[in-house]
Amino acid sequence: MASESGSITGGMLRRRAFAALAAATAVTRPARAQGGVSGKVTVVTSFSNDVTGPFKRAFEAAHPGTTLDVQNRNTTAGVRFLQETRSNNAVDLFWASAPDAFEVLKRAGLLEAYKPRAEGIPERIGPYPINDPEGYVTGFAASGYGIMWNERYMRANRLPEPKEWADLARPAYHDHVIITAPSRSGTTHLTIETILQGEGWEKGWGTIKGFSGNLRQITERSFGVPDAVNSGQVGIGIVIDFFAFSAQGAGFPVKFVYPSVTTVVPANIGIVKNAPNLPAAKAFIDFLLSPRGQEILLEPTIRRLPVNPATYAKAPAGYPNPFTGSIGMPSLQFDVGVSEKRYPVVDALYDQCIGTNLEGLKRATKAIGDVEIRLARRDNAAARALLAEARALIDAMPVTVQEAASDEVAGAFAGRGGGPRQAELEQRWAGFAREKYQAAAARAADAAKAAG
Amino acid sequence: MSLATTQATAAIQPAPRARRWPARPGEVVAFALVALFLLVFLVVPVVTVVTVAFQDRATGGFTLAHVGDFLANDLFRTSFLNSLYVSLMSVVVASLIALPLAYFTTRFEFRGALLVQTLGVLPLIMPPFAGAVAMTLLFGRTGSVNLLLGDAFDINIPFMEGLNGVIFVQSVHYFPFILLNLTASLKNIDRAMEESAQNLGAHGFRLFRRIVLPLAMPGYVAGASLVFIKVFDDLATPLLLNVREMLAPQAYLRITSVGLEDPIGYVISVVLILFSVLSLWVSSLALRGKDYATVQRGGGGLARRRMSRGQAVAAYALILLILALVLAPHVGLFLLSIATIWSFAPLPDGYTMAHYGRVFAESSQFITNTLLYAGLAGLIDVILGTTIAYLVLRARMAGARWLDYAAMSALAVPGLVLGIGYLRTFFGITLPDGTSLAAFWGVIVLALAVRRLPYALRACTAALQQVSASLEEAAENLGARRLRVVRRIMLPLMAGGIAAGFVTSFATAAVELSATLMLVQSSNDAPLAYGLYVFMQSPAGRGAGAALGIVAVVIVGLSTFLSHLIAERGGGRRSA
Repeated sequence: MASESGSITGGMLRRRAFAALAAATAVTRPARAQGGVSGKVTVVTSFSNDVTGPFKRAFEAAHPGTTLDVQNRNTTAGVRFLQETRSNNAVDLFWASAPDAFEVLKRAGLLEAYKPRAEGIPERIGPYPINDPEGYVTGFAASGYGIMWNERYMRANRLPEPKEWADLARPAYHDHVIITAPSRSGTTHLTIETILQGEGWEKGWGTIKGFSGNLRQITERSFGVPDAVNSGQVGIGIVIDFFAFSAQGAGFPVKFVYPSVTTVVPANIGIVKNAPNLPAAKAFIDFLLSPRGQEILLEPTIRRLPVNPATYAKAPAGYPNPFTGSIGMPSLQFDVGVSEKRYPVVDALYDQCIGTNLEGLKRATKAIGDVEIRLARRDNAAARALLAEARALIDAMPVTVQEAASDEVAGAFAGRGGGPRQAELEQRWAGFAREKYQAAAARAADAAKAAG
Repeated sequence: MSLATTQATAAIQPAPRARRWPARPGEVVAFALVALFLLVFLVVPVVTVVTVAFQDRATGGFTLAHVGDFLANDLFRTSFLNSLYVSLMSVVVASLIALPLAYFTTRFEFRGALLVQTLGVLPLIMPPFAGAVAMTLLFGRTGSVNLLLGDAFDINIPFMEGLNGVIFVQSVHYFPFILLNLTASLKNIDRAMEESAQNLGAHGFRLFRRIVLPLAMPGYVAGASLVFIKVFDDLATPLLLNVREMLAPQAYLRITSVGLEDPIGYVISVVLILFSVLSLWVSSLALRGKDYATVQRGGGGLARRRMSRGQAVAAYALILLILALVLAPHVGLFLLSIATIWSFAPLPDGYTMAHYGRVFAESSQFITNTLLYAGLAGLIDVILGTTIAYLVLRARMAGARWLDYAAMSALAVPGLVLGIGYLRTFFGITLPDGTSLAAFWGVIVLALAVRRLPYALRACTAALQQVSASLEEAAENLGARRLRVVRRIMLPLMAGGIAAGFVTSFATAAVELSATLMLVQSSNDAPLAYGLYVFMQSPAGRGAGAALGIVAVVIVGLSTFLSHLIAERGGGRRSA
């Protein structure tokens, strides 16, 4: 981000902005410095000041006469705000990570379609499409999920550095891991869904329950995870990459790794229906996707992955690049249709089988881990067989992959009548998991006896 | 014996059961205004949101099926019992913290009493997120205390884990409700009561248990019921400690899932509201049929006595110990605000003032907004609180009790529900300049006032309970009109309680976040809590967030000190 390149891209941007203005000739606002783009652009966002600040300054400099009014709200509050104020909308843009929030807004008819003018941005990043096919949502940056840890914590507890999701299921990590509930974080949901699509329903849930048995906490806020790791309350967090990178940028003793099964998901922006300042809203999206806007993503306090592959040429050495296959699973094709159909079902399954039964799951996992450590010293076939049974009990799911997407189950979550209600299903699933975990703990106790 | 003494003094007046004054037009108007306020700014917005609890999701018709689901669910039954247990235990622990502070500082010649009472309010001002981070840095599993204990003795105390962790944090956070109300109450006790008891041979702990505490009961019950209801309805602390098996977090988690209209969340909200009103009714039973009013106000309350040297040392040691415990989160917050990096270590790696520079450069408008909003909200609250207390205790109007219950139910309404309700109710209304009413900053003030009204209301009610109606009757007999009686007799005698109410409402409104986050429409109109939230969402903003939190604590602390000072001076003039 040398100043020369800044001025070059600034010039390019001005040309682009003029093009944008030409497109918006219907607007008859009094022309300011740049032509038609002027006035206040109101953005509702879940991003912190550290992210919005540099964009605000650069955008206002590139378009004199505009002010970017940033309203920080968490994703839930932001979505509710747009829903409740649609009758007299005063917001131009919604800017956030969580893809599910945009899905909700799009379905509610709260977004305006826009095809950005930026060039050189591919269709997909990893397995995930960057933009909404109908143009309601535009991806401007990408982020991958991975494992973050606090080095001091790991040293003090003599823990090895993890590399893969399966590593986190090892007994050594018991009670040292933290995650956000997928029902609370759209990006965690996508990680769970990616594992389920990448490894299949049964095996995938096995992997998820494997590391979930070692959890210390399931937080309700995605930032709670990096917060706990940064301050050393918990050693290892399952987080989206920029949380770790920006923590490193702020000086915290943390490290991060992308496991080989991971997904790279776009962070998004969309124009709100009936935006009061439509031309400027479009100009801001174009600015985000412009070379200058994409470069801002590389700043140490932001650290997100640009969606324009050309921008990586300006990135510091070692900057992860999803377009060269260094992260993500190029082989995996993420099926958006499958994901959408079972979205709330996957969340509820995680909440009921793991969230509310975390104590039971941890007890069974710990019991199995203890026997495993003993077996590593002195093997015993009978005990191994019992452990396998215990693991199968933990991995059992109350619904099959077909049932999860069936009209009966998915309908209960959409509020359609006829079938069982959501609360009834949840009660059933929680009871199922509780019984299985108790049985698994009992089986592990038998295995401990067999091991002698 | 204590009550016998009370009634002996109070014998000059008839038991205040029967109506003493016919309904006055002024009282009817006051009733109507308060009822209208509560209807428009509390009942209607909340009802528009929680009706989902009784709607069939397919047809939109009325149904009780969701309530049935709630009752049939094991998780919710466990959650209910957990919430009940935690609330009761928190009242016990909070009382243990508050009683010595209140007793020693009001009852004895105690240097620094005002300072102790001011510091005692600070725990209420636990800024969102920042307070939580500071608490875990100190008391968490790898917090400073446990890291030091682990090095020295190889032990780890789970302060912040499970239900006991919730009880610990809640007690430290909310004991000031008891402290403030109890202190106000103690100051109102006629010193003759205590002197009579001493003449009859009671002293020491017996004097406290049999005379002082029973006479201060209205204040204690007011504070304890606030602690109970607040802990029952609080979601921030359980969520911070990751305890989900309680009612309020269950409701919150269900209401705030993106894109899901799960009716159970709203059913739980309704249950919380009903239970809060029920517990309020139970606490009013504790005071029923007893008269706490005393006629004399001797020099601002109980005679202060000197402690012997040994007693003094013990009392100071106890109070310092308690203060060290309850102010630890603020010490942690301060350290965080001047820390460079603080991670997995008993103390930060290094120190800097840069965070304060950033806060003052970027967010000074937050400070003025906060003072304005919280100050106005506190003012609205004491006006409404005094009016409701008057209507309930003096005018004895049919239905006045329901104003009290309705106002108190605000404690149980999640801020998010109130925020959504406000948008739904007021967004369609446009102001003359074309913007929406909901975009006007005054709406934030009203939301804060409604959310914090219960605090001021309990304090004002307790204060009026201790004022003897015979004083007002005497003034009326001497020809004073009712309004003049209220202004010249009743209000000055209630001053301490009103100040306590203002302080609690103001201090807690200054750090409110959940409704604010929904209603703020421009960062120029945003209060401090919002700025704090914005900072605390990024690793680099943690120190700045803590610095802003310290600014909030200092501002609210100073305001508290000032209002105590004003209330004290008012007391001095009264006795002159």
